[in-house]
Amino acid sequence: MQTYQQQWFGNIRGDILSGIVVALALIPEALAFAIIAGVDPMVSLYASFCIAVIVAFFGGRPGMISAATGAMALVMMPLMKEYGLDYLLATTILTGIIQMLFGVFKIAKLMRFIPNAVMIGFVNALAILMFMAQIPHIFGGGMTTYIFVAVTLIIVYLVPRFLKAIPAPLIAIVVLTAIAMFNGFELKTVGDVGTISKSLPSFFFPQIPLTFETLRIILPYSVALAIVGLLESLMTSSILDEMTDTKSDKNKEARGQGLANFITGFFGGMAGCAMIGQSVINVKSGGRGRLSTFMAGAFLMFLIIVLGDLVVQIPMAVLVGIMVMVCIGTFDWGSFKYLMTAPKADAFVMLVTVATVVWTNNLAIGVILGVFISAIFFVAKISKIKMSIKENVYYIEGPLFFASTESFQNALEHVEASTVVLDFSNSHLWDESAVGSLLKVVTKLEEQGKEVEVRGLNTLSTKLYKQLLG
Amino acid sequence: MYQYIVLAVDGSENAFRAAQEACKIAKLHEEALVDIVYVADFEKVKNEILHAGSTGALELMRRQKTMKIEQLCKEEQIRYKITILRGTPGPEIVKYVNAHNVDLLVIGSRGLNSLQEMVLGSVSHKVMKRVQCPVLMVK
Repeated sequence: MQTYQQQWFGNIRGDILSGIVVALALIPEALAFAIIAGVDPMVSLYASFCIAVIVAFFGGRPGMISAATGAMALVMMPLMKEYGLDYLLATTILTGIIQMLFGVFKIAKLMRFIPNAVMIGFVNALAILMFMAQIPHIFGGGMTTYIFVAVTLIIVYLVPRFLKAIPAPLIAIVVLTAIAMFNGFELKTVGDVGTISKSLPSFFFPQIPLTFETLRIILPYSVALAIVGLLESLMTSSILDEMTDTKSDKNKEARGQGLANFITGFFGGMAGCAMIGQSVINVKSGGRGRLSTFMAGAFLMFLIIVLGDLVVQIPMAVLVGIMVMVCIGTFDWGSFKYLMTAPKADAFVMLVTVATVVWTNNLAIGVILGVFISAIFFVAKISKIKMSIKENVYYIEGPLFFASTESFQNALEHVEASTVVLDFSNSHLWDESAVGSLLKVVTKLEEQGKEVEVRGLNTLSTKLYKQLLG
Repeated sequence: MYQYIVLAVDGSENAFRAAQEACKIAKLHEEALVDIVYVADFEKVKNEILHAGSTGALELMRRQKTMKIEQLCKEEQIRYKITILRGTPGPEIVKYVNAHNVDLLVIGSRGLNSLQEMVLGSVSHKVMKRVQCPVLMVK
């Protein structure tokens, strides 16, 4: 592991350059996420600034980019619509507290147990929801909108083939905003949906009544945001671990994410988390250390303060085009092959996760249901005991425990032979029910006048057997 | 003679044929070493993490790409080692080959991604242009 100083200053040149690249790529996304959440652009820009800077200091994965994200914006959208900004900020603060608790009690590590079928479902559902959020902006704008969306897509997919130094979304924004401004096209712009204030965020308390009623409103959203945020952050940190061949501290990351959201809420920003796409851009652009994350946030704020007047001129259609690109990048296109080749239960869990999210509009519910169903499938799978019979010897295969004892007993209900050997060399007795059911089976067979021999119990099983029978 | 041979592989059929040729050449020199280089592509890490589920499973997925070639080297009794690089395959191979004292680079002509190849030209072609050692491209 590097020291904290090395994590900051081990790669100064690379970190500063990549941080600038990420800041440029971050602006269009931050604006688009504000529109998804239904908040003023400043709410997500302040969030991106605060979260990136705080996570740079307190996160567990150097080089990872955290800011306002689409996943979080989607979860908070209904709350914002119904209760407004102050409740959203209070929810953000509570989300931070929950995530910090997750980190302190090391619950973040449990995220490892989320099966990959659920994770694949999660990213697919995220892509679908983000795409659906763009549809109202695509239609109804007339021909000019279609053309701008199409040209944006052409730019973001073609330009990187020739020019890699500048993020293509930024090129699309600069070129198309200029064209729209100088030709006076009738297009909805960022200025039409919100205002950009060219000032640093300042500290204030959200105006909400401190009652149980408030808590009842914001708690479910906070829990959902905490889960979704940690899920995406921990997945992103695994991706970065792999890309850079280094390790990171997952619980520290959870605490850092929590602290970032907690503070951001007081500065008028919405909850955020790590961003997969931006973090990958950062590493590819040479960013490795904490300085790159800090630079991304700080330079983003600098750009907004300097260029605020121009940002309001950006046509919505360009942002929509960029979001379509983000959706295509987020969707796991390997899923179609996965549906064919993965075990049926896994494929089912993936589809249920996607369907639940699209149906409920809530990423957290989809994940929880997905985990629940795979847990049931898992128990169902290991509760089946396999048994093969060869010359009166019954070979038991698979672990024997409370969920599998029934299939074990049923299999030995009717035995023809007069001497029976139960071979446990491919099994393991896990608990009291295992020992109990073995006793029961042996007794029953002996009652029927058969000779029974139990063999091949491994050391731990024998120990448990003796322990329970005194 | 060719003593230090780098064999760039990606798990494709072409890479295996390239390995067969690399073995033939390696046999010409007693001290020959075949360095089997696999590049874990930055672009694919997200999908690999999603589908592998754990770091152990990911390691297995990577090893499966070189396994067949390792076996071939063992059968042919050729000294070999495995190097896993991280980054974008073409430039990463070029960087590695130019930084080491490589006598010969052996590479398959066509990788796994034919669509990308149509648009961009193949990885092997780009590598050919920029490495400073002799290259054997295997069809």
